[in-house]
Amino acid sequence: MLYIIIAFLWLSVLFYLLLGGADFGAGILELFTSKVHKNETRKIMYRAIGPIWEANHMWLVITVVILFTGFPKVFTTMSIYMHIPLLLMLMGIIARGTAFSFRHYDAVRDEMQGVYNKIFRFSSFITPFFLGVIAGSTVSRRIDPNAVNFLDAYVYSWLNPFSFSVGLFTVAVCGFLAAVFIIGQTSDENERKRFIRKAKIFNIASFAVGGLVFITALLEKIPLVDWVFGNPVGITAFVLATISVFILWGIWNTNKTNLMRILAGFQITMILLIITWKHYPNIVLLKGGGYISLIENQVSDKTLNALGLALIIASIFVLPALFYLIYSFQKIKEDALKSH
Amino acid sequence: MNDFIAARSQMGLSLGFHIIFSCIGMVMPFFMAVSHYLYLKTGNEDYKNVTKAWSKGVAIFFATGAVSGTVLSFELGLLWPTFMEHAGPIFGMPFSLEGTAFFIEAIALGFYLYGWDKFNKWFHWFTGIVVGISGLVSGILVVAANAWMNAPAGFDYVNGKYTNIDPIKAMFNEAWFSQALHMSIAAFAATGFAVAGVHAFMILKKKNVEFHTKSFKIAVIFGTIAAVIQPLSGDHSAKFVAKTQPAKLAAMEALFHTEKAAPLVIGGIPDAKNQKVDYALELPGVLSFMAHGDFNAEVTGLDRIPKEDQPPVAITHFAFQIMVGLGTAMMGISFLYFIALWKKKNWLKQNWLLWLFAAATPMGFIAVEAGWVVTEVGRQPWIIKGIMRTADAVTPMPGIQYSFYLFSAVYVSLAVVVTFMLYRQIKMVPNLYDIPRQQTTVIKQNKIMTKIKKEEVSPVKI
Repeated sequence: MLYIIIAFLWLSVLFYLLLGGADFGAGILELFTSKVHKNETRKIMYRAIGPIWEANHMWLVITVVILFTGFPKVFTTMSIYMHIPLLLMLMGIIARGTAFSFRHYDAVRDEMQGVYNKIFRFSSFITPFFLGVIAGSTVSRRIDPNAVNFLDAYVYSWLNPFSFSVGLFTVAVCGFLAAVFIIGQTSDENERKRFIRKAKIFNIASFAVGGLVFITALLEKIPLVDWVFGNPVGITAFVLATISVFILWGIWNTNKTNLMRILAGFQITMILLIITWKHYPNIVLLKGGGYISLIENQVSDKTLNALGLALIIASIFVLPALFYLIYSFQKIKEDALKSH
Repeated sequence: MNDFIAARSQMGLSLGFHIIFSCIGMVMPFFMAVSHYLYLKTGNEDYKNVTKAWSKGVAIFFATGAVSGTVLSFELGLLWPTFMEHAGPIFGMPFSLEGTAFFIEAIALGFYLYGWDKFNKWFHWFTGIVVGISGLVSGILVVAANAWMNAPAGFDYVNGKYTNIDPIKAMFNEAWFSQALHMSIAAFAATGFAVAGVHAFMILKKKNVEFHTKSFKIAVIFGTIAAVIQPLSGDHSAKFVAKTQPAKLAAMEALFHTEKAAPLVIGGIPDAKNQKVDYALELPGVLSFMAHGDFNAEVTGLDRIPKEDQPPVAITHFAFQIMVGLGTAMMGISFLYFIALWKKKNWLKQNWLLWLFAAATPMGFIAVEAGWVVTEVGRQPWIIKGIMRTADAVTPMPGIQYSFYLFSAVYVSLAVVVTFMLYRQIKMVPNLYDIPRQQTTVIKQNKIMTKIKKEEVSPVKI
């Protein structure tokens, strides 16, 4: 049962990264769109994510529940030493979710729209950024349970160039996912071209910031190169991701929008696989060589069985409903595009 | 402000904020489903407008409730890591099921809000029902986790270690039924009264009387029925609390001394120093009867509870008085409404009854908040009753007061914005829901386009 739960944990993180990520990306794209196109972009975006955005964020809740029920040591360590970035991320989550629904449901369209829009865009950037910072910090051996002063324990645990570049990388990847996702959402040729260009830019930005992640890792003596290239799974995943990048760049000007989405999603999956595979079963690396493992700190069998069972039952109910939701609105959109 | 008080204040603020949005988010879908059903059955456009107007409210409240709920799941760890380290594996079960219910609610809401004219009309209606049911289920599950803190079960606590953990037993703890029942009915009563009150006020102001009357009638039925049955569940809860949490009951009633034929204390100011209650109205024997079903039964007072295990008396007592007082008032108003329905039909045409409902708008939610204070403050100083003290559970990180200030600022501004938006929603009723009648032909021509258009047209400035 433990392994089933770990699989669920990994998948919830992945789905949050892909679906929640594309959702954050929508706001990031809006942030990086020139004034002239902002309105148009917002409308297409809204049609694309409106019905599903709320469900996309449930993956985070599932992740948190799995952590505190099945791996409480991981949850509490993160909660204590990542308190500040978690708090900032939560502020982003509050601001983003409320601004998104307020701007759509406000009965009067006036200058308040501008306020909601600004908050929405800014928090779409902040939230994935701090998510990335937190993710980077879990593997950068900065969390120090023996720290005696405030700065060492609660600030330097996450305030470092490596964690910050992982944060920026997450933002770039979210923008990339959103742009690729949205290409297939519009039939307008100019709009399509604009989103293809955006997708290209964010893809290149991801590589650039990805390079920055490697450089900061070198500077801070984090053996990132070894993690990626030091084992067969890492190398294979890296090669496959690279191939998929080439395929993606080969099909930009075609109509294969679903293939584009699959390729983009595949690249992100490979990145997550590379990082988690290398450290598995350890999930948080601590200063001085310690670690928190998913296997060693396990809770009682009864808890694991109950949690695993709950997750299996949950997927029986949730997954078909979720796929039907995405499928039906996708179909409605396609029909609408065809009739144009 | 020290870190411990700051952490408790932040948690209290977050829960107090979330509880309003989650109550509305889980109850309004039922109102919506009723008016939607009436629309589908009668074809009366007014019901459609009411449904749409309410669904916008639901969308706003659900989004706010969803984000504040997500934040709470993190706050459990940010503020109370020691608690979560031990409690997580024991009471995580209802949370994982709640996550599922919440997920389904979000999916169903996606179908419902964006599905107008896109699906089979009964399927569309049904997704609204799913929103309500899954919301209610997730509320009941979250209360299970809270009930476990009041009546810990499903583990053995030996020499400071939590062993023999059984999450299923923990979920089905003794307090669950009475707490979940009381909370669910409270949600219906509070939301019903709040919604009915707002519409009553609009009827009095002679604005869109037809629209608001239809809305009022649906909300008021839910609210009044819930308000009338709530005292029964309250009685059940009181008996349960008397049996399992005597310290909480003693604080609720400010009962300093253990006594037989204990009086029910109404009002009054508890004086902890002199162990008495000033200016109170006392009904001899009634507390004994309410707690144990016998006018002469002995009720445990605070004198039997060690000083260090006593909850704050004044806050718990005041909160309890407020809850019971408002609950009684709501029950009274409900009875008046029933009399009007069955015997005195002419009352329905008189303004005083509507004014009564308009005045009662906030009562239910104030009672909900007060009740929440009773159960939470009344459990202190424990976070897990009799096992772990709240003070031992708090995070080691200093400076929590800044986090509390930040949360206060954010939640206060959110409350202001949501209120402002509701005000605008109601103000715009004439523009949004009277015009569409003339537009029906357009709607038939191109349903989707009209939907978008309607939202883009800037209605007249207020």
